[in-house]
Amino acid sequence: MTLEWMAWTTPTAIFFVCIALMLVGMTVWQVAMPSIERRGFLPIDTTRGDRLFIGLLGSAYIHLAWIGLTDLNLWIATGLSAVWMLVTMRWG
Amino acid sequence: MDKWQDNRAWFMVLPVFAIVAISAIIPLMTVVNYSVQDIFGPGQRVFVGTEWFKEVLTNSRLHDAFIRQLIFSTLVLVIEIPLGVLVALALPKRGWGVPVSLVLLALPLLIPWNVIGTIWIIFTRPDIGLFGAAINGLGISFDHTANPLDAWVTVMLMEVWHWTPLVVLLAYAGLRAIPEAYFQAARIDGASAWATFRYIQLPKMRGVLTIAVLLRFMDSFLIYAEPFVLTGGGPGNATTFLSIHLVKMAVGQFDLGPAAAFSLIYFLIVLLFSWLFYQALQNVGTGDKGGGR
Repeated sequence: MTLEWMAWTTPTAIFFVCIALMLVGMTVWQVAMPSIERRGFLPIDTTRGDRLFIGLLGSAYIHLAWIGLTDLNLWIATGLSAVWMLVTMRWG
Repeated sequence: MDKWQDNRAWFMVLPVFAIVAISAIIPLMTVVNYSVQDIFGPGQRVFVGTEWFKEVLTNSRLHDAFIRQLIFSTLVLVIEIPLGVLVALALPKRGWGVPVSLVLLALPLLIPWNVIGTIWIIFTRPDIGLFGAAINGLGISFDHTANPLDAWVTVMLMEVWHWTPLVVLLAYAGLRAIPEAYFQAARIDGASAWATFRYIQLPKMRGVLTIAVLLRFMDSFLIYAEPFVLTGGGPGNATTFLSIHLVKMAVGQFDLGPAAAFSLIYFLIVLLFSWLFYQALQNVGTGDKGGGR
């Protein structure tokens, strides 16, 4: 079976591998140490999975805002997203 | 309750996971791949990075379509949810009226979406349509093919007629599931009809209303067939909603890259709004302003 129809590129492949690794990692973490709902700076009670979702969704919007509103290097947006992700996971 | 006692049940989920992977995840991955390339044909493609995203995000016609879509979905929710609840409250609770009303309400939901558009084209035609001719007969000029406001009124009427029954059926199911004891207690306390609604019926309908709001938001935000058949996005661009714009881009102009980038942004918007609605409705009436379940 050829995957030519899916038009894979190296950057998108790396992107999906990272997402898959994140999901596998979170699953292993959950089995080893079940998450307990808690309240951080976000206005709702969240589990680790909720915070990962919020972190990823926020990161997507940070990138879109960066592309739509500025002409600066996209890696800065990726850096900002990494910070947002860490802050959300730790203190969200 | 320890939910990690036996994990073998997860194997039961595998078939569903396989179906979702083939029907949703793999196509979505393909869309992501398309969004960063200029595709000329099978095997002929060039990596362009975020160029399509930039083009789509700075396109003023798309901004207009987005604003139109937001207004449309807001109107849909503001009209259909209260109207649906009101009709559900007015429906008979027992006797032959129940099946009759339920069947009548379900009828619009059973008609294919493109047929709905065709029905309303004929119904609102200013020359022969019952609605169009009657309105014009009253001396009010009405033509949904020429006047943007008339086109919006027609699309909204069609949408409300088509989908309010879904809200009614959901709300009715929620109302019928409330145990009689609550109403007896309310009567003993001398609660007014409004107090019964506000403190018993509305909180008890939270679950079904969450589903109703989510379904109506997502469906109205993704609406395509009915307005496409009825107005084709016109007059001008007056009723060109996001999906109509997307289809013009992907199928009309064959701009697969920008269409893919736009689809992803569209997906992220629907995901964000649905999540926000879900969170908001989960927290309504729990007595906790900030959240909590």
